Amino acid sequence: MRKIVIATAAVAALAACASRPEPTPTPTEPTPPPVTQPSGPVAGSAEDFRVSVGDRVFFGYDRFDLTSEARSVLERQAAWLQRYPNVRVLVAGNADERGTREYNLALGARRAAAAKDYLVSLGVSAARIETVSYGKERPLDPRSNEEAWSVNRNAHTQIVSGAVS
Amino acid sequence: MIRKIFAAFAVVIAAALAAPAHAQVRVSVEEGHLNPMPIAVVDFLGANPAAQQVGRDVAGVIRANLDRSGLFRPISSNAFIERIGALEVPPRFADWKIIDAQGLVVGQVTPLPDGRIRIDFRLYDVFAEQQMTGFTYTTTPDNWRRIAHRISDQIYEQLTGERGYFDTRIVFVSETGPRTRRVKRLMIMDQDGANPFFLTSPDAMVLTPRFSPSTQMITYMSFETGAPRVFLYNLETNRREVLGDFPGMTFSPRFSPNGRSIVFTLDMNGNSEIFSMDLATRSRQRLTNNASIDTSPSYSPDGAQIVFTSDRGGSPQLYVMNADGSGQRRISFGAGRYSTPVWSPRGDLIAFTREGGGRFAIGVMRPDGSGERILTESYLDEAPTWSPNGRVIMFFRESRGAGPRLWSVDLTGRNLREIPTQTDASDPAWSPLLP
Repeated sequence: MRKIVIATAAVAALAACASRPEPTPTPTEPTPPPVTQPSGPVAGSAEDFRVSVGDRVFFGYDRFDLTSEARSVLERQAAWLQRYPNVRVLVAGNADERGTREYNLALGARRAAAAKDYLVSLGVSAARIETVSYGKERPLDPRSNEEAWSVNRNAHTQIVSGAVS
Repeated sequence: MIRKIFAAFAVVIAAALAAPAHAQVRVSVEEGHLNPMPIAVVDFLGANPAAQQVGRDVAGVIRANLDRSGLFRPISSNAFIERIGALEVPPRFADWKIIDAQGLVVGQVTPLPDGRIRIDFRLYDVFAEQQMTGFTYTTTPDNWRRIAHRISDQIYEQLTGERGYFDTRIVFVSETGPRTRRVKRLMIMDQDGANPFFLTSPDAMVLTPRFSPSTQMITYMSFETGAPRVFLYNLETNRREVLGDFPGMTFSPRFSPNGRSIVFTLDMNGNSEIFSMDLATRSRQRLTNNASIDTSPSYSPDGAQIVFTSDRGGSPQLYVMNADGSGQRRISFGAGRYSTPVWSPRGDLIAFTREGGGRFAIGVMRPDGSGERILTESYLDEAPTWSPNGRVIMFFRESRGAGPRLWSVDLTGRNLREIPTQTDASDPAWSPLLP
């Protein structure tokens, strides 16, 4: 099977060569100097939100209260969301694998709600924020150790619409 | 589809051949694992090669069922002395005593003119030299496995005094792909792993399927419409529907014992509460009301009470309430975190998952919280489900960094076995005995 495919491709290449016209020389124009792009993502894009603001906040084991670090990330998120008022987001709550599925669905919902409530308290309209819980079903880090679990306990703010593309 | 299968065979008790009712051979479901009963299951006879093949297959399934129960030790056919030639001729019991068989199972497969087959079987008490029971089943040839399971149930019931559980199915979550992008689909199979097929597509992640008491319906949770939602799946029509229209996410569904309502968790703004919904009227009732997590409800078999998980005391623990939500009280007080309680079909015990010391265990306790016993423990053992006779618990086990598989353990804590599945598998739910 594979041999046949290769043979066919070779024949097609030969045919392409055979039909190609003789190259004619054309005058070259001077190359314009390169435009220097500002480094980093486009302002107002989903990439901007993820990289410049931070799209995840992390929680302690079986906790859903916001750490000071989580609060400062959410404060940056709120400021960004106020700068781009057409953006709508989905906050997904996640849990580590050290719990049962149904309990972790409930725990993830609490984490998503804690993040949403803080965003709303900072002036972001609740109508712009949906929440969901993935429990322990969508780990960011597939490993089974403390490092992975601390990363997998999070609330993930994802842009649904309205961002600059 | 299932109903067709159910209607496709008729059972006739071979009454004339039934035993005088004082057979002596017995195996104890409590002690049997220590000393499994030797039993001889002879390949069923057949009038032609096709029937002989069915006869060998039926006997093979019976042997595998009995062996897997841990209560029986099927004797190798190589050891048999007597060659059973006809069902009507009583066996030479001496030949079976000599190889230490306590039970003897013989049978035959007879093709019928209409294309169906008849399967006869007899169970003998070798030492009492008596027939204990005998049945005749008429069915379509493709239905031979269910007959083998029914015969296995008859043998189990005669020899243990308990109801069997072999003519049952398992619905579970089939898992494939890397852990960060796991594909989770509903799959259903026979109790022994045969006849597996998918019920849902790879597009939507599903969790926690559970059978209705009629075995015709399954309730489960799916991300099909975005947020987690409780679904109903009808196995007769292969149709599915979302249960109710709720503002938040719904999950952890289970049927009531009469099949007329579903109890489940509704989460609104991070607050999980337990609700029930009547399937005919679609009226809903709120059963818990506090700021803590309340989830994983499971009815007692009489429908009067519900056991559930709550962290209102600071960590997840088991609570029992009346079916209307009144009389809520904590029942788990051991060291650790308790969740996924499931009431035994016999009503006498509640199975649960317990976390502690970095390990997950499956255990049982009485409905008042007394008599806690751990049956099995590993890196992750989760989500017990009961065999319909309340003797065996199936659950899923995940070792560190590996995918989950289905396992079963006897209520005694013995006879731990992996259930063969083609893919990784989790969240098993054991059906009631098929009608």
